[in-house]
Amino acid sequence: MSATTTATPAKGRQMNIGRLLLEGRAFFALIAIIVVFSLMSPNYFSVGNFLIMSSQVAIYGILSIGMLLVILNGGIDLSVGSILALSGVVAGAMMQGVELNSLGVILYPPVWAVVVLTLCVGAAVGAVNGVLIAVFKVPPFVATLGVMYVARGVALLMTNGLTYNNLRGSEALGNTGFNWLGFNRLAGIPISVIVLGTIAILAGLMLGRSAFGRWLYASGGNERAAELSGVPVKRVKITVYMVSGMLAAVAGLVLASQLTSAGPTAGTTYELTAIAAVVIGGAALTGGRGNVRGTMLGAFVIGFLSAGLVIIGVSSYWQTVFTGAVIVLAVLMNSLQYGSGARKG
Amino acid sequence: MTEETVLAARNVAKSYGQVHALKGVNFDISRGQVTTLFGENGAGKSTLMKILSGVIQPTSGEIVLDGQPVSFANANDARDRGISIIHQELSLAPNLSVRDNIFMGREIKGPTGVNFAEEDRQVRALMAELEEEIDPATPVEELRLGQQQIVEIARALSVDSRILIMDEPTSALSATEVEVLFKVIRDLTAKGVSIVYISHHLEEALTITDHAVVLRDGTMTAYAPRAEIDLEWIVRNMVGENYDLGSPPDSDKGEVALSIRDLSVPDPAGFDLVDQLSLDVRAGEIVCIYGLMGAGRTELLETVAGRLKASGGHVVLEGQEISHLSIAERIARGLALVPEDRQRDGLVQTMTVGQNLSLASIARFTRGLFTSSRDERKLVDDSIRQVTVKTSGGNAGIGSLSGGNQQKVVIGKMLATRPRVIMLDEPSRGIDIGAKAEVFRLLAEGAKSGLAVIYSTSEVSECLSIAHRIIVMHKGRITAEFDSSVSKEKIMAASGESVAA
Repeated sequence: MSATTTATPAKGRQMNIGRLLLEGRAFFALIAIIVVFSLMSPNYFSVGNFLIMSSQVAIYGILSIGMLLVILNGGIDLSVGSILALSGVVAGAMMQGVELNSLGVILYPPVWAVVVLTLCVGAAVGAVNGVLIAVFKVPPFVATLGVMYVARGVALLMTNGLTYNNLRGSEALGNTGFNWLGFNRLAGIPISVIVLGTIAILAGLMLGRSAFGRWLYASGGNERAAELSGVPVKRVKITVYMVSGMLAAVAGLVLASQLTSAGPTAGTTYELTAIAAVVIGGAALTGGRGNVRGTMLGAFVIGFLSAGLVIIGVSSYWQTVFTGAVIVLAVLMNSLQYGSGARKG
Repeated sequence: MTEETVLAARNVAKSYGQVHALKGVNFDISRGQVTTLFGENGAGKSTLMKILSGVIQPTSGEIVLDGQPVSFANANDARDRGISIIHQELSLAPNLSVRDNIFMGREIKGPTGVNFAEEDRQVRALMAELEEEIDPATPVEELRLGQQQIVEIARALSVDSRILIMDEPTSALSATEVEVLFKVIRDLTAKGVSIVYISHHLEEALTITDHAVVLRDGTMTAYAPRAEIDLEWIVRNMVGENYDLGSPPDSDKGEVALSIRDLSVPDPAGFDLVDQLSLDVRAGEIVCIYGLMGAGRTELLETVAGRLKASGGHVVLEGQEISHLSIAERIARGLALVPEDRQRDGLVQTMTVGQNLSLASIARFTRGLFTSSRDERKLVDDSIRQVTVKTSGGNAGIGSLSGGNQQKVVIGKMLATRPRVIMLDEPSRGIDIGAKAEVFRLLAEGAKSGLAVIYSTSEVSECLSIAHRIIVMHKGRITAEFDSSVSKEKIMAASGESVAA
């Protein structure tokens, strides 16, 4: 994708093999994972399996695009897992019907309205993060940690800890179609993967080609310099947290649709997986460096690795160990790439 | 004067790959004397100091300590032999007390852990020796900068340093604190401690030094005792014969472009950093603001640019009040600021040269939703040519440029916004004389085409170059205003700086 700009300084024409391996590490890791598991299991290498794995990756992938924007800005968003759950529960509640006591009626909003309202809820929670961080100067880690608990708590309160199981709607009420997101396919490709692809392309275009993308890279690289160059750094900050919240809501809808149920405990620790995907994709946690292509590779590395381990029958405890090892390795390589390349002026 | 050489460099050279930072330098330090090292940025001063203090090893040549050739394995090795260095950026932990800072890393241990009482006693003895009343339990962050410098010196003395290297010790001190520091230096030399002093403030360094050594391009160009030299001698040896920063351009002065009226900027502590200051600058005019550190120059310029909030007064740009506008809106109206610290406020280190150049004028190459890479490339190429940045192209990393070229990128970035008024805060800071002259040439050219230019500086010689008018600031107020025919002494006197004897 030419739309994503790498912020790595150009190192002259002669790119040696080590440098190539280092910069394309997420890509080579993904190839290696596919090759190894294909050799170990005959079931791994098939279009059908790739599509199933990809639809699982979609949830993490959507979250990690939002996380990438936040990390490019030099922040972190720990609340996306909780926003995912809250959005699912909000959507579930609307599918069950909204009772208006004063009027004595129960409203059954159509699915498109459920989707729009849920996205608004996600964006609103993200905006709370953004305002706390940009206006009240709360450190991103702390602000989103607090919102993580609050959002999870609200989701639990709304359902009393229970799960909405019936999200199919009914013909009579005119609100069928919620499971379209999770189950249908277009030209054989799961809708969730198409959603992920669309969001990735839009995010790539935004980062690489729009003024906003340039503002984001600049304010993440050096906020003071960006501000003095006329970049509206506060607006950029609030916007990235809003987008992150909204993408978490998208992921919440996709997950609820895949499971045809929405529970308040969904998405626990997903924020960590999303951060891992961004880091494996080569983004710097200090901000200003990273791109959508890398993050997508990172999400697929994590997804294909854990799915592969399941297919060859490795215990899920080992999956946790492997994922952790991959993350540590990725961070090591990041410091190798940015540490040696940087020169003090 | 009996002179005994304690530390000497013999033919010391240091190369980094193809770059020769030092080319065979001979250098003597005499016991109980102050030796000052003069030179521009990049002349090799810090490299030489790092070699003498053991931070780096020379490529060739030797170091002679008390007549014996030595080689230091690292900085600790040099410190154990009595050589300490005090860096420009103080290396104190602000949250710890004076005592803990002085004994950091080599705490005096007793049977029950650290022997704080003994440390306390030694710190009090050191402070008495330096005639500075600082309680050992005071956290360093509560001390003034000058006092922190004293703590650094105390730390060096606590390891029995005989040779103390000071890198720009006065750059952040007030005039009274400099007095205190110089008194301490005189006391130390009387006790037989040798001082190596590096400073950009030539007048100031001349008041304290016993010997002057001048470096240029990695070679020693001159060496003389204090009695034989003056300011002009240093400048001549530092920069060579052709020392010319230009003269005020013949530009047509138009209407008042920027008018600052009764502007006040408060300090968090209460008093005013800028105190009801008024200043008019006309189109095509170049105004230099001279002042010492803490005179309020940076605060004035940042407030006009919209970074800081004023507590009173107005900023009027070409007849329109702009005090309420954001930074971006002020840039759009034609008011640009080139900040003082280009690493912190000027450049985005993660972006390329081109992206840095175009950062402030993204709107100029945005068509609808997307940026046009063709228009951007044209803008970047034009900027690189206009401000003569030496780079392999717009895609080079910003870190690959030298300080002077980085500064040109920051200036080019603001010029690309097509400003009517450009303000530059210490544009010559940390760049060499060649780049300095080019920056001033750029400003003079801008003024000829009707740009109003304001720049600040803390070097008198830079006031007397391209500026039509020289404003002297002291404690937030304008204390004097001169035209370009004024003498250096008058400017310095007006700034509250004591003139060098």
